[in-house]
Formats: sequence, structure tokens, C-alpha cells
Amino acid sequence: MSTIVSLPDQSTAKLPAKSYLNQEYGLKSWLLTGDHKRIAMLYLFSITFFFVIGGVLAGLIRLELLTPPADLMATDTYNKVFSMHGIIMIFLFLVPSVPATIGNFLIPLMVGARDLAFPKINLLSWYLYMGGGLLVLATMVLGGVDTGWTFTTPLSTHYLNTHVVTAAMGIFLAGFSSIFTGLNFIVTIHRMRCPGMTWFRLPLFVWGHYATSIIMILGTPVLAITLVLVALERTMNIGVFDPSKGGDPLLFQHLFWFYSHPAVYIMILPGMAVISEVISTFSRKRVFGYTAVAFSSVAIAVFGFLVWEHHMFIMGVSQYSALVFSLLTMLVAVPSAIKIFNWSMTLYKGSITFETPMLYAFGFIGLFTIGGLTGIFLATLGMDVHLTETYFIVAHFHFVMVGGMLMAYLAGVHFWWPKMTGRMYPEAISKTAAVITFIGFIVTFFPQFILGYLGMPRRYAAYPADFQVLNVFSTAGASILGIGYLLPMLYLPWSLKYGEIAGDNPWQATGLEWQIQSPPLTENFSEIPIMDHEAYDYEWLANKTHHEVQTVG
Amino acid sequence: MTEKTQSTHQDAEVHVVKPPVYLAIFFALLVLTALTTGISFIDLGVFNAVIALAIACLKASLVVLFFMHIHYSSRLLKLTVAAGLFTFMLLISLTMTDYISRAWGMF
Repeated sequence: MSTIVSLPDQSTAKLPAKSYLNQEYGLKSWLLTGDHKRIAMLYLFSITFFFVIGGVLAGLIRLELLTPPADLMATDTYNKVFSMHGIIMIFLFLVPSVPATIGNFLIPLMVGARDLAFPKINLLSWYLYMGGGLLVLATMVLGGVDTGWTFTTPLSTHYLNTHVVTAAMGIFLAGFSSIFTGLNFIVTIHRMRCPGMTWFRLPLFVWGHYATSIIMILGTPVLAITLVLVALERTMNIGVFDPSKGGDPLLFQHLFWFYSHPAVYIMILPGMAVISEVISTFSRKRVFGYTAVAFSSVAIAVFGFLVWEHHMFIMGVSQYSALVFSLLTMLVAVPSAIKIFNWSMTLYKGSITFETPMLYAFGFIGLFTIGGLTGIFLATLGMDVHLTETYFIVAHFHFVMVGGMLMAYLAGVHFWWPKMTGRMYPEAISKTAAVITFIGFIVTFFPQFILGYLGMPRRYAAYPADFQVLNVFSTAGASILGIGYLLPMLYLPWSLKYGEIAGDNPWQATGLEWQIQSPPLTENFSEIPIMDHEAYDYEWLANKTHHEVQTVG
Repeated sequence: MTEKTQSTHQDAEVHVVKPPVYLAIFFALLVLTALTTGISFIDLGVFNAVIALAIACLKASLVVLFFMHIHYSSRLLKLTVAAGLFTFMLLISLTMTDYISRAWGMF
């Protein structure tokens, strides 16, 4: 099979003498660094740590659901397990996954800057994240929380005796970490683009992160305030959410979902940003409809704020209001579809090759499309009454978050691994891992659509025996999926020592980050580059390479 | 390019606010606080909350415009603040679609 990978001659190739990795040594040089690339690495390790914990909890959930009765753990333990799984995966893995690691590493490189606008705030954001993470771990060690990740009132404020306040404080801190990341990105993208880097020459990765940052800054404070109100309600009975004191529990839902629905786009937009880069590189074509894809990111960010009540259709909200939100929800499908269609058109007549990042990107397109379209089912008022709070909704958001976002994250990690470390990951085994992940995912989550349609409710440890076959499929799939995720955790560290030397531009990609050494210098560019071509201009790259060969020859 | 240098230049010009302005705003805030407190002793029916919130908004505007220098800042910064207010408006107005037409008391 053809490949575009071009590596330097391995017998003579060496890693660059100076890079951000060996500029300084010692723990202090990492913990007090202002370098966006090192902070990205700190984030990479931390989110992987929390992903493993969240993954083990997911494994426990699937193991419990292998048999109809609640036999592996007590039912209240089960409640705690799925609550912690949700909290950790959403706030400590998905929200920071691509932006804080890959985005942190790449935004300055892609806009041609030496660092983010506020390096110290960037480091502070990692410490806040770790603070939040430790509080969530503390919650778990102290006995957990069983509200579900949504902290539903009055359950969280009046009826539960678990560690709601500790968990809420953890999320509060992690929220500020994401506000700081968003702030840093927006200022960097506005003020630090290199000469010639106009808005419409920016890679779509940057556009995606710009849209994400807008949501992070405008949405996250609402979550912070809402969690503070929950804590105050619990500790001081202020009565905002308590009907007996004139409050309204649904007010909590409005406030919570005002952040948490846009947060879904915080999670998926950076994934879409990665996919644009990967699809273009491995089909050797400029992304079809660049401007439409760029603006669709911003449109998703804006529409994302107008749809939150679709999480509340069955909670007793006004029917007229539900009608408005149902319609608005359908609108979000438009920019998402623009992206999918434009990526497909990019593939059309492209020179497609099937390296690992591309396999993950294909996985993303297929699974995200299923996830997105089932969202339309749920946005339809009549269908929603039947399907919400069943396994259908669990399957729907796992298709988007795991099938979409996690695939995109892995695509991104593999795609930029040579740039981050200077070495290639082993291609054959990583392709196998990508295929295993895809198969494992389908086997795990597709049966859940059917289970939900048949009426199996979510959040219960026990279920009628009729549902067992599909649940066994799902649990078996989870084991396959687990292997798919374990493999990269083994071969990526292995490649740090034994991987082939990647050279500057193993994929023949056009981004500014690929025109410098791998791993980059601490200051990124020895000279600030001048952008004199459009994004994804493969002709420019071919001319440049041609010119270089002639000069050397 | 020239446009970019110009805007950098513009932002680099720090507007110096004279102490009397700060003092005037400070006293205005104190007066408004006193007003909020005073008015809370008079029962105005539905206007209790309206007036308290109106005064609070006025105070917040003073802080944002003068203490936080938005009055003297570039249009980009004004737009940033406006974006926050716009989002807040979305939150309130779309939440209201529920509150004004909910089937109160029917369940």
C-alpha cells in the first residue's frame, strides 16, 4: 500500500542536539516551566492518568451489567461508580483532552509565535486542573458522590449524604483551568499571528480552537456559579433551588445545562479541528470549502448556547418553550453536517493513504455521524419522551464523545507524536490498535441503541433478564475497546526510545509546525516565519522541497 | 500589516485616569449602596426587586466602565465585554421562554 511517510535515512539520522525536551533537566524545570510545549506534556500525562481511572470505572459498570441482578456491587456503590466515571471523564479528560494537550502544543506553532500570550497563566491552568483533579480523587477516596455527573437538585442539595461539595469544588477549580486555557488561546490567536498569517490563512485547527475558547470563556463561569449555589444550598439552605422557600429545582437545570450543553461542543470542536488537519494531509488536498468549515466551527459555538433545554424536555418545562428549543436544536445539525460533507468532498479525488491517524479520522467521521444523527431523534419532542433516560441516550453521547472525540484525540496524538517527540510510533501495531478500537466501540455501544429503544433505563444496576444478550455483547465489546486503548499506552512510551527518527516533516504536511525541527526548540522558531501562502497549499510544499533538493544537489 | 502595527500602538497607549475620577466613582458607589439599603425599608411591592436590581446594574456598569477602564479601551475590548453581556441575555431570555409559559400549578 502506498504511503506518504518520508523518514530520514535511519542509519545517519539523529534527534536534534537542542530541543524543548533537553533544554533543561530536572523536576523543577518541568514544574515551573512557562514553555507551552512542556505544559502540554504535563497535561498529556495528567489526563492520561485520569483517563485510566475513568476507564477502570467504566469497566466496573460494564462488569456489573453483565448479569441482570445487581450482584457485583451494592446499588448505591454502582451509583457512585457511574457518577465518578462521568465526572472524571467529562471534566478531567474530555474537556481538556485536545485543547490543553495538542492545542497547547500546537497553537503557537501554527500561528508562528514563540509561546502562548500568557505562559504563566498557562502553567497556572495546569495547577488548577491538578487541584481540581486531586479534589475529585479525594471525593472518591472519602466515599464518592452519587448524584450523577449532573448534580441534579434536589437530589444533590437535600437528599444525599455523600461528598457533593468536595466534588463540586473540584469541578469549580478545573473549570477555571479551562477558562484560562481559552483566554490564552483567544489572545494568542488575535495578537500573535506571524506576519502574513491572516485569519483565512490559519489552519482549521486554529479556527476550531478559537470557537472552543469562546465557549470556554463565556460558558464555564455559569457552571462555576451554579455549583457554588448548590454548595450554598447544601450548607446554608439559601433556598434558590428549594420550592418550599420560593426557589425552583428546574432553575438549576437551566443554569447547569446552559454550560453543559455548550460544553459538549467544547469537547467535540477540538476533535473536529484535528480531523480537518488529518483528512487534508492524508488526502493531499486543501480542505474543501475552507471558509465554510471555519465558520461552521464558530456557528456551532454560537448555536451551542441556544439549545440547552433539550436536556429538560421531560422535566416539566413549558411546552411552548420545549417547541422553541426542539427547533433550535435541529439547527445545530446544519454546521455539523457542513463539516462532514466538506471532509467527504476533501477525500473525493484525493490521493488517500491509510496511516494510523487517517484510520482514526475515518472512525471519527462514521461514528460521529451516527452519534449526531441520533441526536436528531432526541431533539424531536415526541421521540425524546420515549428515548430519554434510556440506554439510547447513553449510546448517543458515547458515539459522539468516545466514538467521535476520543477517536479524534487518538488521531491527533498519533499525527503529532513525531512532532512532539521526534520519533515515529510503530505503524503496524498502531493500525491494529485503531481497528481494534473501532470494532470494540461498535460492539460496545451499538447494542445500547437497541436496549434503549426497547426501554432499558440508564443508571440502574439491575435489569430484566430479557436484556441480557445485548448487555453481554456490550460488555464483551468493552473488553475489546479496553485492549484498543491499552495498546497505545504501551507502544507510545516504547517508541520514545526505540521509535524511528521522524525528521522534520514525516507526513509531508503543510502546517508551519512541520517546517521546523522535531522536537521543536524551546523558542519554536529561530526566526519568526513569514506566511506567504494559503493553508494546506501542497503545491507550495512541493516547490519548496524541490527547491531544497536543487540547492543541495 | 500597517493596520496591525497601528492597533498595537493604540493599545500600548495607556490612558491615565486621574484620581478625582476614581474618587467620584467611589463616592457614587457608596451613595448607591446607601440608596439600596435605604429603599429596602420602604415596601414598593413588585418594584422592590426591580429597583434593587436596577441600582446593582448601575453600580456594576460604573465599575466595569471606569475601574476596569472599559470606557477608555479599544473597540475589541468593548466587544469582548458586550459578548459576555450578550451571553447573559441569552441565558435570561431563553430561560424566560420556560418561566412565562410553564403550566404552573397544574401538576
